[in-house]
Amino acid sequence: MAIATDSSQPLTTADGTPLRQSLRRAERLNKLRAFGLVAPLFLFILVFFVFPIAKLASVSVDNSIVPEILTNTVEAIQDWDGTDLPPEPVWKAMAADLVEGKKNRNIAKVGKRLNFEKPGFRRLLIKSARKADKLEAPYKESLIKANKKWADPEFWRVLQRESGDYTFSYILRAVDMTYSEEGSVTMVDDKNAVYLDIFGRTLFISAQVTLTCLLLGFPIAYLLSTLPAKTGNMLMIFVLLPFWISLLVRTTAWIVLLQDQGVINSALIGIGVINEPLELIRNRVGVVVAMTHILLPFMILPLYSVMKGINPSLMRAAKSMGANPAIAFWRVYTPLTVPGIGAGGLLVFIISIGYYITPALVGGPKDIMASQLIDIQMNQQLNWNMASAIGVVLLAITLVLFAIYNRLVGIDRMKMG
Amino acid sequence: MKKLLTTSVLAAATFGVAATAQAESLTVLSWGGAYASSQREAYYKPYTAATGTQIVEDEFNGELAKIKAQVEAGNVTIDVADLESATALQGCDEGVLEVIDWSRIPNADDFIPGSKLECGVGTITWATIVAYNTTAFSGDQPSTMADFFDLDKFPGKRGVRKSPKVMLEFALIADGVPAADVYDVMDTEEGIDRAFAKLDTIKDSIVWWESGSQPPQLLADGEVTMSAAWNGRIQSAIDGENQPFKIIWDGQNLDFDMWVIPKGTPNLDKAYDFLKFASAAKQMGTQHTYIGYGPVTNEAGTMIVDDKLAEKLPSAPVNLGNWVPHNLDYWADNFDDLNERFLAWVSQ
Repeated sequence: MAIATDSSQPLTTADGTPLRQSLRRAERLNKLRAFGLVAPLFLFILVFFVFPIAKLASVSVDNSIVPEILTNTVEAIQDWDGTDLPPEPVWKAMAADLVEGKKNRNIAKVGKRLNFEKPGFRRLLIKSARKADKLEAPYKESLIKANKKWADPEFWRVLQRESGDYTFSYILRAVDMTYSEEGSVTMVDDKNAVYLDIFGRTLFISAQVTLTCLLLGFPIAYLLSTLPAKTGNMLMIFVLLPFWISLLVRTTAWIVLLQDQGVINSALIGIGVINEPLELIRNRVGVVVAMTHILLPFMILPLYSVMKGINPSLMRAAKSMGANPAIAFWRVYTPLTVPGIGAGGLLVFIISIGYYITPALVGGPKDIMASQLIDIQMNQQLNWNMASAIGVVLLAITLVLFAIYNRLVGIDRMKMG
Repeated sequence: MKKLLTTSVLAAATFGVAATAQAESLTVLSWGGAYASSQREAYYKPYTAATGTQIVEDEFNGELAKIKAQVEAGNVTIDVADLESATALQGCDEGVLEVIDWSRIPNADDFIPGSKLECGVGTITWATIVAYNTTAFSGDQPSTMADFFDLDKFPGKRGVRKSPKVMLEFALIADGVPAADVYDVMDTEEGIDRAFAKLDTIKDSIVWWESGSQPPQLLADGEVTMSAAWNGRIQSAIDGENQPFKIIWDGQNLDFDMWVIPKGTPNLDKAYDFLKFASAAKQMGTQHTYIGYGPVTNEAGTMIVDDKLAEKLPSAPVNLGNWVPHNLDYWADNFDDLNERFLAWVSQ
């Protein structure tokens, strides 16, 4: 009886506090300490990884400029049913916004935004704002008199569609889609379709580079891992050496080698193998060659560390059981290197997807990759929303590929060393 | 917190250049190469001699992104920049450039039409032209815009700027559209189709260029036999390096470059002082002796006395037989769409 009563009482420590509570306190302290240790890294990832990506995503759908500048119109146009032309209050609101926009000198900003949706919108707004002071009731007639484009309901429909704080126009455009005149989502005209093509090409080039890296890197990694330490380390330096040279220098070196009057062509012509220079640069050949060279260490290093860990007696065992060397290599050794192939392949592939400077310098117009599109939007067109949208689509593609990889190979099987 | 983060990240990004702007200096952003040399002689050196203010030169390829990033980060180190008129317009729309207070430019009324923008003070007239290497063709020499698109008569590769701007105009001129109608034709879908169809005829022979220093190089290396180019760059190569190039004055696209002031520069007064100095005929009238670009004020125009030099300028009457003034508004409205179509065309 007495024992049963005791066990129903909670266990306590020497000073009388319940054991569970005391344990929890000790654990909490440990947790805090552990958290304190990872806090700098956590903060770093938050500031330099999570925050920029969140910002990128928000910029790609940001449309706040329209309600901000055309405040009155945006509010008034909500009630319009979209048929014919909007009612007078909307026109009045637009006139008020134009006066305000002229005063604050920001009408061109919203003009540029809406011009992305419908060419001509920018000029329409700017020209109308210039005459804003002369607008008077009835505003419909007055605005159409100021600029007859206002009589085109298409402009009003676009404005109604794009009146919210968010827009999907940029993301849609980044996958070659747009809104039709009726407001439904359609594919853009073939003549203007550029993004999907280039995303596809980016993936294809990345796959080509990954494959060539694997074909070249595998034997090198194998050699390095089987040589005696002294020679192996020596050769390893040759693998690492280009790693320490600036990317730009290596890319420029390839230009020197590959161009029409370059080292390779001159040599081949010199020894009489060819008469006309081979086209090695400003095309796909140049891009794949240069990128492969630059990314090769990312394939070799994970492969090497995995191969280093494979027990050589496994191969001997296979041979002793009657497998010839080729079969032993293919059926015993190669499967053991899969984690390394997976790690190296994924690394090379994902770096390739975002490659910019090398395809820009050694590639031709048919080798434009996704990052160059971002550059065009950032630097030439100053459309940072569109640049972000392309970035978001690229990120989404990468994540999908990553998920597929995880499904097929398993991320836990990846080994960096 | 969010705002703090943004500013600190951006501040960190621009910190590197923050140290260059000092009280006794003015940072001027321009295009480098032969053009920057001409500005150095015509403006920077005399300005330093007159005022004691050092000019710190910065170089770019004409893109607005650098200025925009500085203005948005609130850390402007560029005091004055030289932009193409279209870019100056774009920057004005974006609100990253100061609106010019023309009362601070004494000779404001003397500027020729088109050389005054809301946010830009004209500095030169320049033209996109077609030039060729005279050693490339033994018989007939090319003389018209149509010849640029005639691969049978004048074989060889063509240098073309990787942008739809001006190239669509060139294609239409070559296809027989009168100079005065070019932008009207481009306002129609069929007109754009027509321009691309014309460009299609030389597509396989195009070598693309992106910076102004490339065309003279491509011509000199024999990589192309003819190239679209900026007239001053070709003229400098002819005069300075004795290159056997010739400019075709037919169907050229005439444009302006503008001095602009990034919004929020701490040296606003000094920047205006520099613009006033550079706009005066005394300085502007000398630049054409260093590079083949013309002045934009009437008085500076009267300072062109050497006929040999005058003939090299895009504003010279002898060169203005068949030409197109660049239409800023057209491109501001249509660049987004046309560039998309251009990219799709280029990359197919």
